[in-house]
Amino acid sequence: MSAPLYGLLAEFHAPQEIVKAAEGVHAAGYRKVDAYTPYPMEDVLDALHLHETHVPKLALTGGLLGLAGGWGLQYWTQVIDYPMNIGGRPFNSWPAFVIPTFETTILGAALATVVGMLLLNGFPQPYHPVFNVKSFATASRDRFFLCVEASDPRFELEKTRELLRKLGAYEVSEVAP
Amino acid sequence: MRTMASEERVVHPVIGPGHTFGSVTDKIASLVLTKKTPIGWFFGFGIAFSLLMMMLATVGYLLTTGIGIWGNNIPVGWGFDIINFVWWIGIGHAGTLISAILLLLKQQWRTSINRFAEAMTLFAVACAGMYPILHMGRSWIGFYWLMPYPNTMGLWPNFRSPLIWDVFAVSTYATVSALFWYVGLIPDLATLRDRAANRLVKIIYGFFAVGWRGSARHWANYEMAYLILAGLSTPLVLSVHTVVSFDFAAGIVPGWHATIFPPYFVAGAIYAGFAMVLTLAIPLRKAYGLEDFITMRHIENMAKVMLATSLIVAYGYLMEAFMGWYSGNTYERFMLWNRMTGPYAWSYWALIFCNVIAINTLWIKRLRTNTVYLFVISLVVGAGMWLERFVIIVTSLHRDFLPSSWGNYRGTPYDWSMFIGTIGLFLTLFFLFIRFLPTISIFEMRTLVPAATGEEKKP
Repeated sequence: MSAPLYGLLAEFHAPQEIVKAAEGVHAAGYRKVDAYTPYPMEDVLDALHLHETHVPKLALTGGLLGLAGGWGLQYWTQVIDYPMNIGGRPFNSWPAFVIPTFETTILGAALATVVGMLLLNGFPQPYHPVFNVKSFATASRDRFFLCVEASDPRFELEKTRELLRKLGAYEVSEVAP
Repeated sequence: MRTMASEERVVHPVIGPGHTFGSVTDKIASLVLTKKTPIGWFFGFGIAFSLLMMMLATVGYLLTTGIGIWGNNIPVGWGFDIINFVWWIGIGHAGTLISAILLLLKQQWRTSINRFAEAMTLFAVACAGMYPILHMGRSWIGFYWLMPYPNTMGLWPNFRSPLIWDVFAVSTYATVSALFWYVGLIPDLATLRDRAANRLVKIIYGFFAVGWRGSARHWANYEMAYLILAGLSTPLVLSVHTVVSFDFAAGIVPGWHATIFPPYFVAGAIYAGFAMVLTLAIPLRKAYGLEDFITMRHIENMAKVMLATSLIVAYGYLMEAFMGWYSGNTYERFMLWNRMTGPYAWSYWALIFCNVIAINTLWIKRLRTNTVYLFVISLVVGAGMWLERFVIIVTSLHRDFLPSSWGNYRGTPYDWSMFIGTIGLFLTLFFLFIRFLPTISIFEMRTLVPAATGEEKKP
């Protein structure tokens, strides 16, 4: 009881159950809540109001950097650093430069998307408290978990446990930090 | 006809009946986490690995001797190296098409075939990538005209050349395909981490799973990233074979200088790629008992895509012939006549047989749903697409503008050992993939289970 706690982890067996529980916890005013599901669930994101993501902005930034970098590379090498007359074409043969620029734009956007997604998620993250709960290993198989974190201002061990029970949790475990 | 109509109505599901989150997970993960490797795996891997060794021996000889061991000559300066490069790159296209374009089009049936199709893409691109590097002969000093890096000569690649566009297109394609594949793997690697009994295995999968735990916050970013990657890959995959076709179309050689090349190459790439997916999927589902996940729905849909793209390719052949005649250009007309009746006429007619005639038997539903027949057809299409590149490259080059510089071309034994060796490389990688990574996307399969789609609620 006196030991510090990361939060309470409630286990559910069916997708509808976790959606209902997530809605219930959110309605009760808890905000430091996370759901752990074996596949992406739109309904859970709706219930917890977690739709916001910064990935598209990063993708756009990466794409623009790729565009500027690709074009800049070609312009600088072909016009400024070592201009060479090839078949009488202008140094700035912009129609030809469009194709590599297109590719570097895609490359920049894709790299920013993936690296951005991983960093926004805080990866690589070798340790996380929820893994302390033994049954959590089934979160990547067929079980659904809802974790109310102790840092939530409304968190009160007994009251929160009672709420999760009432919302249909099969088991509520304390998560060591 | 009446029996046909009733047969027509049977719509195969995208997943066999009675599956749950647990059964899907266990089945796919067990293929990887089992201690018992099937005997057949060792047998197949042994053959593939021997072929890979043959390739490495050829490459060793090539690097110490030079590309004189190949059959390339003047006038046929481009031979097996570019034929095989284009062939392999084309095969890769189906993977991206399945994983990206079918995702955006919300085609559920892509789900169980996307993972290994993406793996196939990566391995095919690896095989393709060997050729541009090795055909330089002394690859370690020829790199400065492929990649823009500051070198002691102060030279830069010529960005006006389609060959450099190709380098950018293919290397971007390889990178983005690898990213897409890895991102798709992360949740499944976490599943393997959680299910592995052996501590070392757990650590290895855990390392690559980077701490994935299925958090809703993570899924929100993940789903968006996956969608953006699909959106980026779609124009990318169309651009890759378009740029490959520019290698030819931007030249003035008769038979190459045609505006139909980009769309016709892209269609041909998807055609060859789906043939390769079928070549791999049919034995795979049989050997590992995956008929519940790769159902007849998948097999038949892939056959239909193959049939549809074959018609585009056939239209390409027709237009090539028509434009050659209609142009009134002496060289174009001669090239076509020579292609159909000259010393390489056998390859042209074999190509027409493989890519236009044999494939059209798939209009018949009974043949389309016969996996053995379909497997044979997929090999025929693979051969046909190789012949297409052979025809385009060799028949256009071997009769130069001046009859005094006419010649002939044939692949030497080293050309063949290199080519067959790349098939060994491809299969070796594929065998390793099916042994160590989930062949089918587990987390996406979970979304198809009745409990997830809500179908079990319905009466």
